[in-house]
Amino acid sequence: MGQAATAKASGATDRSERPAAEPVHITIRGLTKCFQGAPVYDNFDLDVPRGRFVSVFGPNGCGKSTLINLIAGLIPADAGTILFGGKPLRETKIGYVFQNYREALFPWMSAWKNIEYPLKIAKMDAAERARRVDRLVAHLGVKIDLTRYPYELSGGQQQLVSIMRALVVDPEVLFLDEPFSALDYEMTLFMRDQLQRVFNETRTTMVLVSHDLEEAVYLADRVLLLSRRPATIAAFPDVLLPRPRSDETLSDPAYVHLKGHCLEIFQREVRKA
Amino acid sequence: MKRESLLPLVGVAGLIVVWYLAVWARVVDPVLLPPPEAAFAALVKGMAGGKLGYDFWRTVERTAYATAIAAVIAIPIGVALGSNERIYRSVEFVIDFFRSTPASAMFPLFLVIFGVGDLTKILVAAFGAALVILFNVAYGVMNARKTRLLAAKVMGATRFRVLTDVMLLESLPQTFVGLRNGVSLALVIVVVAEMFIGSTDGLGQRVFEAQQLFEMPDMYAAIFAAGALGYGLNLLFLLMEKRFVHWSGK
Ligand SMILES: Nc1ncnc2c1ncn2[C@@H]1O[C@H](COP(=O)(O)OP(=O)(O)OP(=O)(O)O)[C@@H](O)[C@H]1O
Ligand SMILES: [Mg+2]
Repeated sequence: MGQAATAKASGATDRSERPAAEPVHITIRGLTKCFQGAPVYDNFDLDVPRGRFVSVFGPNGCGKSTLINLIAGLIPADAGTILFGGKPLRETKIGYVFQNYREALFPWMSAWKNIEYPLKIAKMDAAERARRVDRLVAHLGVKIDLTRYPYELSGGQQQLVSIMRALVVDPEVLFLDEPFSALDYEMTLFMRDQLQRVFNETRTTMVLVSHDLEEAVYLADRVLLLSRRPATIAAFPDVLLPRPRSDETLSDPAYVHLKGHCLEIFQREVRKA
Repeated sequence: MKRESLLPLVGVAGLIVVWYLAVWARVVDPVLLPPPEAAFAALVKGMAGGKLGYDFWRTVERTAYATAIAAVIAIPIGVALGSNERIYRSVEFVIDFFRSTPASAMFPLFLVIFGVGDLTKILVAAFGAALVILFNVAYGVMNARKTRLLAAKVMGATRFRVLTDVMLLESLPQTFVGLRNGVSLALVIVVVAEMFIGSTDGLGQRVFEAQQLFEMPDMYAAIFAAGALGYGLNLLFLLMEKRFVHWSGK
């Protein structure tokens, strides 16, 4: 049933190369959310596939952040259901990476303690917490001095700490809201590849909001293109490029073509005043 | 760098020069304005085993009690009020009103209730300081960064955990602002109370008595002692803040 809804939603996109019957992870039905009486989502349906990387792209203020905040339970929905493999949010482990790492990390704790914090919340004992953090550090090959306080680290290092804090609980889904937009270009490129590595290694379902189409397509298995508010799915195309992706991907004709296609849809949506 | 740190001494030297000039030119009656060295001698003599030293420590004691009582009462209430904005809004006017009321206007009331003893002085000062601390703590808690609270929430922290792990620490810089202002206010109130509420010791009483007896060097000595105390208390809290709130402003 989820598959049918997705197929309908993605509209005119060519689906011939789609792998058959992709398992659905997050099922969203009838999602409705208004701010001051004006709807951002009105009876919105979406299926997020399991173990895939979904980028969310759309016009300014169309409701990208609102969507992942609703799914992650940061803000309440007015109506609708959201299930994670059939389970409600409270039975699901999720991770969330905020755009503003400076305001999301705890400056009174060292980077290491920040990463460990969600395990403390989960009432894990100290030895197990240390084991988990060390394992994650080794797994990602992180070379940051984690005894430092967040404000002693660079922006990219701070965001990497935030990502690690979100990953340490082995979340079923990782949400990221424009995680790299406060970083300089060089750092953004580096962090993109760090994130891609994390995804390749963990295959955690990821939902990334991005305002950068190049980045959105580069990282994604599917790109969720939203219309102006109230947001609807303008298109939900697959990105059938091999992983790991690299600089060569950026000049791959398939990549260039898909990016152009997304841009076209985006501009069509923006022009619909 | 070294020379920069000596700059504050310029103002001190300037003040002493102006003082000498005023004495030399007889701008005021020499009885009212003794030369600096006379005041300084009285300060050293008084602090080293004289009555001034005793008075100094009496004032320190009262101010410390007042601030401690204020902090113990105001910080938990401030946290409770700040974590619930609706409750805070409903009592904000009352807090603001009494915060703006000169605490000295409360002397007679406290006198009737608690008598003329030490307790009255300490409690009036505690009352004034508590409102300042309360106000700052509540605002510190209310203005906790929304993102940090959400971050804790999304990691599964309960409301109570969010309060103890995030809000309390978030409000710490503002709490220290409250403590610093509170201790300054407590000192002001204690000194005034010592002057006017039948006191036999304390810096306020010392200043007042020296003035009554026309012992001007002693009076200036007591004033400087009070100034040094106020400055020292502020510095103490600044250093504590630096130590405990290392992330402040970063
Ligand atoms: N708390 C709120 N109160 C009122 N309106 C809100 C609130 N949060 C969001 N909105 C509005 O809802 C719409 C969607 O907001 P949202 O932040 O999800 O957009 P976005 O797509 O993430 O935008 P951006 O590209 O700027 O990040 C916007 O028009 C915004 O003004
Ligand atoms: Mg946004």
